[in-house]
Amino acid sequence: MTPLSLKAINFLWLPILPLITIALAAIVVLLVGVRVDDEESEGLGWLTIALLGVAAVFALGMIGQTGVAFAGSIAIDSYSAYFEIVILIATMVTVLMSLDYVAERRIAGAEYYSLVLFAALGMMLMATAGDLIIIFLGLETMSLSVYVLAGLARQDPRSTEASLKYFLLGAFSTGFLLYGIALIYGATGTISLGPIHAALTGDMMSNPLLLLGLGLMLIGFGFKVAAVPFHMWTPDVYEGAPTPITAFMAVGVKLAAFAGFLRVFLVNLAPVSAEWTWALWALAALTMTVGNLVALVQTNIKRMLAYSAIAHAGYLLVGMAAAGPQAGSAILYYLLGYAFTNLGAFAVVVALEGRGETSDMISNYRGLARREPWLAAALALCLLSLTGVPPLAGFVGKFYIFNAALNQGFVGLVIIAVLNSVMSAYYYFSVIVAIYMEEGGVQVAHMGARPALVAAIALSVVAMILIGVYPEPYINAASNAFHSALGAGVVRAASLQP
Amino acid sequence: MAAGLLTALIFLPLLGAIFILLQREPRAIWNSAFVFSLLPLALSFYLFAAFDPHQGGYQFVEQYNWIPDFGISYHLGLDGISLFLVLLTTILISLSLLYSGGGDIEERPREFCFFVLVLETGLLGALLAVDLFLFYAFWEVMLIPMYFMIGIWGHGRKIYAAIKFVLFTMFGSILMLVAIIYLVLAAREHLGRLSFDLPLLYQVPLTHTEARWLFAAFALAFAIKVPMWPLHTWLPDAHTEAPTAGSVILAGVMLKMGTYGFLRFAIPLFPEVALDAVPLFMALAVVGIIYGALVAMVQPDLKRLVAYSSVSHLGFVMLGIFALDPQGVEGAIYQMLNHGISTGGLFLLVGMLYMRRHTREISEFGGLWKSVPVYAGIFMVVMLSSIGLPGLNGFVGEFLILLGAFLRLKLAVVFAVSGLILGALYMLWTYERVMFGPITKAVNETIRDLTPREVAVMAPVLALMLFMGFYPKPLLSRMEPSVITMLARVHVAQARMDSEWRHSQLARTTDVTASPATPHALDSATRVAAADK
Repeated sequence: MTPLSLKAINFLWLPILPLITIALAAIVVLLVGVRVDDEESEGLGWLTIALLGVAAVFALGMIGQTGVAFAGSIAIDSYSAYFEIVILIATMVTVLMSLDYVAERRIAGAEYYSLVLFAALGMMLMATAGDLIIIFLGLETMSLSVYVLAGLARQDPRSTEASLKYFLLGAFSTGFLLYGIALIYGATGTISLGPIHAALTGDMMSNPLLLLGLGLMLIGFGFKVAAVPFHMWTPDVYEGAPTPITAFMAVGVKLAAFAGFLRVFLVNLAPVSAEWTWALWALAALTMTVGNLVALVQTNIKRMLAYSAIAHAGYLLVGMAAAGPQAGSAILYYLLGYAFTNLGAFAVVVALEGRGETSDMISNYRGLARREPWLAAALALCLLSLTGVPPLAGFVGKFYIFNAALNQGFVGLVIIAVLNSVMSAYYYFSVIVAIYMEEGGVQVAHMGARPALVAAIALSVVAMILIGVYPEPYINAASNAFHSALGAGVVRAASLQP
Repeated sequence: MAAGLLTALIFLPLLGAIFILLQREPRAIWNSAFVFSLLPLALSFYLFAAFDPHQGGYQFVEQYNWIPDFGISYHLGLDGISLFLVLLTTILISLSLLYSGGGDIEERPREFCFFVLVLETGLLGALLAVDLFLFYAFWEVMLIPMYFMIGIWGHGRKIYAAIKFVLFTMFGSILMLVAIIYLVLAAREHLGRLSFDLPLLYQVPLTHTEARWLFAAFALAFAIKVPMWPLHTWLPDAHTEAPTAGSVILAGVMLKMGTYGFLRFAIPLFPEVALDAVPLFMALAVVGIIYGALVAMVQPDLKRLVAYSSVSHLGFVMLGIFALDPQGVEGAIYQMLNHGISTGGLFLLVGMLYMRRHTREISEFGGLWKSVPVYAGIFMVVMLSSIGLPGLNGFVGEFLILLGAFLRLKLAVVFAVSGLILGALYMLWTYERVMFGPITKAVNETIRDLTPREVAVMAPVLALMLFMGFYPKPLLSRMEPSVITMLARVHVAQARMDSEWRHSQLARTTDVTASPATPHALDSATRVAAADK
């Protein structure tokens, strides 16, 4: 490898400025938080949001740049920037909806917000990873933080249970991923994504070590994106975790997992795509179908949204199976719409949990439209977007993915996906039935007193509508991001050739 | 020609819907909703007047890029097929709002008006869209407000009916979405780029198998919406449980979206498959006509009766469409309007009765002629129009349909006519049971006759029936060029198929050793077909 000059190394600190900011922010929040009472943690939350904002500004500056940093372990491209920005915004919305929740439930604010920041750091690391070890590092940073976050509502036994389950299964799945990385290293002699891409020629294509490594990594990522049959942890963990953390898991963790998954498989393992698309085909079909089928019978909204998240992972896997530049862009766009839709839905769930006691049964939502018309409308819009009703973001995302899949000739898989969509309409619309067409339910605290929560909901819903009605700029951004990863991958492969 | 008219037409109701969200006072809500529905109504009359009747293509066209990466554009246009459905929509929405404000809807008027106006935006958008993506978006959008209308303001098993309605429609339409994407991707080879623009997609060469599957997906979506027998089962539930305004809009306009879809998309996009499918669709239409009439005859519930009569009437429309000749298709379009007006009128009348008695059981009534003469008189006219009495609108449409269908498939007409007789039978029998005879129930003696507001709702309906019955020319003349443009594609396909058949016969007779469909024979057949054009 050609030695880098010192000057170049100094310059290369810039690309990880968003990461550094978040790492420092986490430490600052932890230190400041020591002096703050748990009931007054709101200020800490605002501080977190401000620091996230700073990092987002730095990340914006990264758009359009390409290159590598730290000898190829950090990838500098629009793809990294895209995911960094989306992850940062998702984290901001999560914190917005946490402000009241954390203070009211006396959850330790300092730990909560700094762990959220550490988790965000891990997610961003996964998105910017240029080699497999960084992906692993990011995954662990993220997962360890989220394991703890899931259990932070200490007085609630379900929260503890969620934390423990998530930890055990998560650790297990990380083992798969790491083993896969090791085997791929064994096969190709490198952990850098660029050189791996370059090494995939001729004999290497059918190297059993490589294929086994591939399979194990697939399982590892499958756990993180909650693909069936690696989804078992999802409903319990989603149900037990504090609701804003559930949102964070459904959105942030999924974004990060797909960021890594996509870069490894669609970009750098693309030359051997023939070896893994069939597996993703099966995984996608299974994930959608099982997710939707089980969601049909849920009575708890958090569990329902958990299965819905599984189903959506299935739609995303349809894009993965289609493997191509268009599919990659489609997944990026879909994730954007999915993020805001889910954040909006979970924010409404947070708003409807009474102060102190949880009430996540869908039956409690009956008659909501009369009591809280705006809240009801927001939730209904999110559910419609999840169903895929135009012109909301969820529809355009599905359209984009189906388009990419049909383009690759996956007619059968797309038909399975659309039939699943119809099935999903049933349970999403059942919630709308409860909200609008039935009576009863439970009165909640008045929204006027919770401006941060209102802001989180409004932001998500407006973004969701905007991304759907006028998708062009976001489609362009997604497409540029993915193509920059593809292009940069090739450039990196060339520059790092030993 | 002024640009932006169609956009204004589509989005004025949406603007009204948003405006209504800010209102609190029920009176103000009803008034502003009605006024906001009058704006598109006035605009659609202006379009009717300004419409050039000699032109078969789209008029008042607007086109802007929307998602250029996919070749999706915001492309609107109005032609002789959509013009009248637009008018029908704006008229019926205004009437529904006028009617509902008179006491039919008392709960949550703000949401009700909001959904009606959003629905109007969806309907008008779907009728005016020339881009397939745009069409699909509006097509799905109109589903949601109707779902809410049935689910919130409906009666009885309203939630079951609402969910059934959504699932049925969505099932069909989502497969159509797959077909749309497939078609566009196939078109890319031919056009060199992605495009969802309908006129461009007309020219895509498809293999016969592809065309078949795509036609099937489109036809399924539209046939569910029409609804054609045996996909009609959602309709009686939705109609019966929906509030009156919902039934009026559902029967009056939404069902027409299915038949409109056949005319605008399924048939012109895949004319050869459509020609092959004529016997199938005519058979289903005839079964629908007779089945709908027979089931209507035995309904104890007035509204369910009208709902099943819709199945029968829409069967006639489908018969006319698949006649695939100008008379049949024009008759079908005319019949769509007739059905919208007369069935809409019947639903309104049933609603008025229900408001007074809170029942729709036919056996609960009898002798109403004596207590509510104005009501009974209006009912008679509307019912006669529904039966197709000469001099009223229904006759013109049915006559043209039968004329057209007779040229295509005589046997179908033979059976369809029996549906006409059954139609007269169940309508007159019902009328007799409700209106004539002695008053059997004491409550019926004191029920109130129509209020001025209700008369105002029914007056335009009656006026339209008489006008369309006596003077169909201004309507038919505006339809004709567009219908002929649309059918030209069918005729080309017909000619091509005929010559292919001739050539394959020729190949069979001249060259005994060659199989009938050698590539050579097909090639020459296509060449001849191209020359025919």
